[in-house]
Formats: sequence, structure tokens, C-alpha cells
Amino acid sequence: MRKNLNVIAAYSIMMVLILMVGIFQSWNIALSIFNLCLISAVMTMGANIQWGYAGLINFGIMGYTALGGLAAVLISVDPVQEAWRAGGFDILMSLWLIVVMVLVIRFILKRFEKSKIRTYSIAAIIISGILLIRFSAEPGIEAIEAVDPAKTGFLGGFGLPIIFSWIVGALFAGGLAFIVGKVALGLRADYLAIATLLISEIVIAIIKHEDWLTRGVKNVIGLKRPAPYEVDLQTTGWFINLVEKFNSGKLSVIENLADRQAALNQLVIEGSSVFVKLCYSGLFLVVVIILLILTQKALYSPWGRMMRAIRDNEEAANAMGKNVVKQHLLIFILGSAIVGIAGAMLVTQDGLFTPGSYRPMRYTFLIWVMVIVGGSGNNFGAILGGFVVWFLWIEAAPISLFLINFFTAGIPETNALKAHLIESVPYFRFLLMGLGLLFIMRYRPKGILPEKIEIK
Amino acid sequence: MDFVNAIILLLNYIFIPALTYGSQLALGAIFVTLIYGILRFANFATGDMMSFGTMATILFTWYFQSLGVSLGVLPTALLAIPFGIIFMILYMLLIDKFVFKYYRHQKSPPVQFAMVSIGVMFVTQAIVRIIIGPGDRRFFDGEKFIIKAREFKEITGLNEGLALKSTQVITIFVTIVLVSLLFWFLNRTKTGKSMKAYSDNEDLALLSGIDPKKIVLVTWVIAGILATIGGALYGLDKSFKPFTYFNNMLPIFAAAIVGGIGNPFGAFLGGYVIAFSEILLTYAYKKFFMYVLPESMEPNSLVQLLSTDYKFAVSFSILVIVLIYRPSGIFKGKVL
Repeated sequence: MRKNLNVIAAYSIMMVLILMVGIFQSWNIALSIFNLCLISAVMTMGANIQWGYAGLINFGIMGYTALGGLAAVLISVDPVQEAWRAGGFDILMSLWLIVVMVLVIRFILKRFEKSKIRTYSIAAIIISGILLIRFSAEPGIEAIEAVDPAKTGFLGGFGLPIIFSWIVGALFAGGLAFIVGKVALGLRADYLAIATLLISEIVIAIIKHEDWLTRGVKNVIGLKRPAPYEVDLQTTGWFINLVEKFNSGKLSVIENLADRQAALNQLVIEGSSVFVKLCYSGLFLVVVIILLILTQKALYSPWGRMMRAIRDNEEAANAMGKNVVKQHLLIFILGSAIVGIAGAMLVTQDGLFTPGSYRPMRYTFLIWVMVIVGGSGNNFGAILGGFVVWFLWIEAAPISLFLINFFTAGIPETNALKAHLIESVPYFRFLLMGLGLLFIMRYRPKGILPEKIEIK
Repeated sequence: MDFVNAIILLLNYIFIPALTYGSQLALGAIFVTLIYGILRFANFATGDMMSFGTMATILFTWYFQSLGVSLGVLPTALLAIPFGIIFMILYMLLIDKFVFKYYRHQKSPPVQFAMVSIGVMFVTQAIVRIIIGPGDRRFFDGEKFIIKAREFKEITGLNEGLALKSTQVITIFVTIVLVSLLFWFLNRTKTGKSMKAYSDNEDLALLSGIDPKKIVLVTWVIAGILATIGGALYGLDKSFKPFTYFNNMLPIFAAAIVGGIGNPFGAFLGGYVIAFSEILLTYAYKKFFMYVLPESMEPNSLVQLLSTDYKFAVSFSILVIVLIYRPSGIFKGKVL
């Protein structure tokens, strides 16, 4: 108990902060912050596994998040029959071509000795394969994108409940991580950072521009939900009764029956969106808790000890007979898969998929700030980092607005400088994040909750 | 005649734009490579530092414009660049003193430096956006074209026009001058040579009496000059928007690594490699083939290898391939 005091204190402060938002701003805002905190926490756990456990730097978080989001679309959207009829065959043919290409390359790699000729022939196969696929898929893609482009214009998905996409998202992200890990993990730390960052940009470029698969920048909206819809709730008997019960004190003060009914309606509308958010919170909490249990178990298992040994001294671990390359690849895949889950959760919560919104600032660097601030190598720290940083990211604007008004209270509203500062309030969040990161790295380099390993 | 038309077409749509874009990338890439070679970290704040320098230049340009000072046919920004450079260098030295110096003394691993530079990136981004806003700014004035496409057609009687923007000429000219000066400095002067020595072997350089403080100072000064000029030229040619500058960091990194990081000459060439491959691979060659091939063989499609949407992806793919097969870069940079 004693040694966990700082953990408990840090989490209590965080919860109080969110409750304060609920009391002073609104419960709706508080819950949406809380939900995104939970999603961020999942992302930081993924990054923390890679960085904290194994010392692998992954700046490609954005790409895995987007793949998770893509999974949500592909799983939940109903298939567009017409598009399948129009161009499904061409797409399947191209897929088949890709499979053949990969098999041929594998065959060459296995069969022939390493030589210049082999390298060149593989390059030739890849280039001609890409050209072939491009020209064979072209008519199919055009046909698909021509199918009712305002509404669909893509193949659609499988029409399954969106919850499944959380697992599929993990698989997608893990699959990408396998490929990335195979080619890039041998690089030195900062090269790896740059390589993963650029690969994630390539992934985003593909998601943005392959309209037949993702609708691209036209976005996919109105995804299915695992939670009830507000509109349905507002007409459901038991929910109205529930709201009435909760607010009976407030309502009984109102004498007039019509006024009371109007107030109740208002409360039901507010309550319905709070209720929906609570449903999401519940789902997300389950994910966070399951992941936390698993990662904690892993951290204190022999496998976790091996990972730390590899992180702290690769050569020594190698000499002890540990397969460093394989373990690095494994942990790269695991961490990325967790980020993929978070990506699917994010799209599930928003109910829409907007490829244009995936930017490295928000989905890579901010997550890294969370990991560093929270405490790398410590799962509780990583989750806390997700909470603290996301909270500040959202509340930075109101806080800085308050501060500006406070410090310039004597200056009239019409002052150009004051007006300019108030106008640029949204950008103070960058300043806050940057300064926070710099201070933490300087004065508390292990984060708010540092890694601590008990050896018994 | 058709052949000349085809050549002009390529010049107009591929060669000149790629040369301009390549020059802008090259300046940024030398900046990255110098920081990497001498201060030994990958600077993720590159793009934002360039936008800071450009912002300072724009503010001075506006000031001069309000005073009524102008260079006639040349953009006023050229006059403002030196002042922008001074501000940029001061900002960089400030950052170095309060942020990077500590880690240098601690001899922190490069990864930690990279993380710190992300902090600097956030702060710089905030400062730029707070001062000048996130919007698109154009600060070009003076004569826009040296040769207009229509005039060129009238003079030569060709079908294809060749447009030459003054910003393109300025960019290429300034880059050549600046880079020659820089290489003269690095290869011929004592300070330049000691910088090279410091980058090759820090301990040995210190032993032979090279002052590390001076090296760091000179590095930041050169970096400030490169960042401001590179950023301002890009801004003049296209437009200034903080977010674009942040994004430009990625092709700049690609250029620096493709050229062999730590090797300024490699970075210089790397800029052009990236720019040319981006434009060559995404250009639609239909018109070119219409001129060159006989009528019966004219292509129906656009003859475009990749759609322009994948412009960035091209440079990143090149980088990834280079990183995997030749981590020291095409021009054999030293992997420090």
C-alpha cells in the first residue's frame, strides 16, 4: 500500500480534475474527455510496451491508429453490392496477383543464393508487378468509384458488429508491424524513428487516396454503434423514468406541470448523450483493464525480464542465447497491435472515419509526449500519461484564455495585442505540451511515475 | 520541331520545378546533416525552425513594405532575409542554451536528443502560430515572371511555352551561391576544418585544442542561415503556412539520409534526388509521347507511373529502400 501511494495519489488527482470539469463545465465534456483519455491510454500502453519494455522507438503510431480505424470501417459497413458487381472481380484479380508476386519472390529468395542478379530480378518483379496491377485494376477501381460517388463509391465492408473490428484492427496493425519490423528493425534508434515515421506517412497516403477501399477524403460517416442511439433513448420509457428519478429533487421544485414536462425533456436530451458516453466509457474501461492485467503479467514474467535484459544490454542478452531480433519483432508487433485496437476504438466512438484527420502531430508526437510524461516502462505511468496529457491538451485553451484574461485584466478589450492573444488561444496547447515535455525530460527524466522493478 | 517542343515541355514541367524544389530541400537537408554530424542528433524541429526563420523574414518584409522600401523588380523579402537570419540565430542559440546544452554535457544518447527536439518542435510551432497565425501567407512582391509562357510561344513560334518564374531563378541562384560559400568555408577555412574534425572524432578534436563551444556556436549560426534562407525561398516560391513547413521536414530528412547523413555534399545532392524522383515518377507523360512518337503510336492513357497524390510517398519509399539496403546513404555519408 505504502509504496503504491504515489500511484494512488496521482490517479486520484486526475479523477478529481475530470470530476471538476464535470461540475464546472458539463458532464458531457467531462465524459468525452474521459473516453478519449481511455483511448489515449490504450495507445500509450502500446507505445510503452515498445519503448519502455524493449527500447524500440516507433514513430509510426499514426499509421497503426489509422489501420485500426480502417478495420472499423471494413468490418461494420454493409457491403455495397453494386460496387462489388461493378469492379469486385478486378480487385480480386489484383489481390490474387499480389499473392502470386509475393510467392514468386519468396521462392526466389529461398531457391537462389544471394547475388546481384537476384536482387535486380526481385526489383524487376516488384516494379513490373506494380505496373501490371495498376493497369489491370484501373477499370475496376474506376467502376467502383463511379457507383453513387456521393454516398458510396467504395466496396463497403462486411456488415458485422463494429466491436469485432477492435480485434481485426489489432490484426491489421500487427500485420503491418510485421512487415515494418522485418525491414526496419535492424536500424539504429534515430534512423528507426525516421523510418517508422515515414512508413506511417505512406500508409496514410494510401488510405487517403485509395477511394475504392476507404472512400478516401470523402470520409465514411454514420458507422454502426455498439451503444444505443440518443434519439432512441429519448423515447424509451425506462430511460425517461430513470432520468426523472435521478432529478426528482430538481423537478419537484417546479410547480407548473407544463414547465416541469419541458424541464424533464431537456434533462432527457442531456441525459441521453451522457448515457451513451457512459456506455462507451464502460466498454473502453474493460479494454484498458484487460490490457493492463495482461501487460502487468507480461512485465513481471520471465519474458518481461528477458525484454528488460535485451533493452539494457543487447549484446549481453544475445550472448546469453536470447534471440534479440525475434524478440524485438515480437514486441514491435504486440505494441502496434494494441495501438491498432485504440485506432478502432477511436473510430467506433466517433462513428466516422476521416483519413484526412490523421496527422503525425496528434497521433504520433502527442502519444510520445504521453509516454515520456507518464513514465516509460511503467504501465500505470503510461496510462496516467495518457490521461494527464489528453486532459491538458483539451483544457489548455480554456486555461490559457483564463490566464490571458487574468494577466491583461487592466488592458481594454480593444487592445490589438490582447485581441491577438485571445484569437490564438488554441495554439497555447502546443506551447504547453512542448514546455511540459521539456521540463519532464530535464527534471524528471523517468516520468511522473518512474519504472520500478522489484527483484525478489 | 516536335522534338524541341517535347524538350521544352519537360523543361517547363519537370526540370525547372524539380530544380527549384530540390534547391529548397537541399538547403534544409544540409541544415539537418550539419546538426546531425556535429551536434549528433536527428532534429525533429527542423521544419518548424525553418518556419520560424521564414516568419521573422515575413514580419520584416511587412515592415519594409509599410516603410515603402522595395527592391523594384526583386521581392522585398530578399532585403528582409538578413534580419530574419539574425532572429533565427538568436532563437536557436537561446534554445541551445536552455535545452540542448544540458544534454550535450550529460552526453545523452541520440534518442534522448531526438525526444527533446520534439519538445522544441512543439514550442516552436506554438510560437509561430501565436505570432503569425496558422493561415496561408503570401509575401511575394516585385516582378513575377522573367519569361511568360505566352511571350515565349510568340517569340519562338513553338507550341509549348516555357514559363520562368523569378522566384525559381532566385532560388536556384541563391542556393548555388550559398552552397559554394558553405563548402568553401567547410573545406578551406580553419574553423570549417575544425568542424569537420569535430564531427569525425570528437575526442581527438578536443585533444588537439579545438574549442567545442565555438564549434557549436558556428554550427548554429550556419544552421540559422540555411534554415531561414531555405524556408524563405520556399515561402516565396509557394506560400508560407506553418503546417506545410512541418510536413516538409519529412522530405528534407529523406534528402539528408539518402545523401548520407553527416555529409553536407551528399545532403545537397540528396535534395535533388528526392525532388527529381518525386516529380519524374508522378508526371503524366502523355503530351510528351504525343510529340515524340508518331501519330499511330500515341498513348491513350495519361502514362503516369503514380498519381500525384503519392508525391510524398515516393520520396519516403526511396528513403526506406536506401535505409534498408545502404544505411550510409547513396553518397557514403559516415554513419556517426
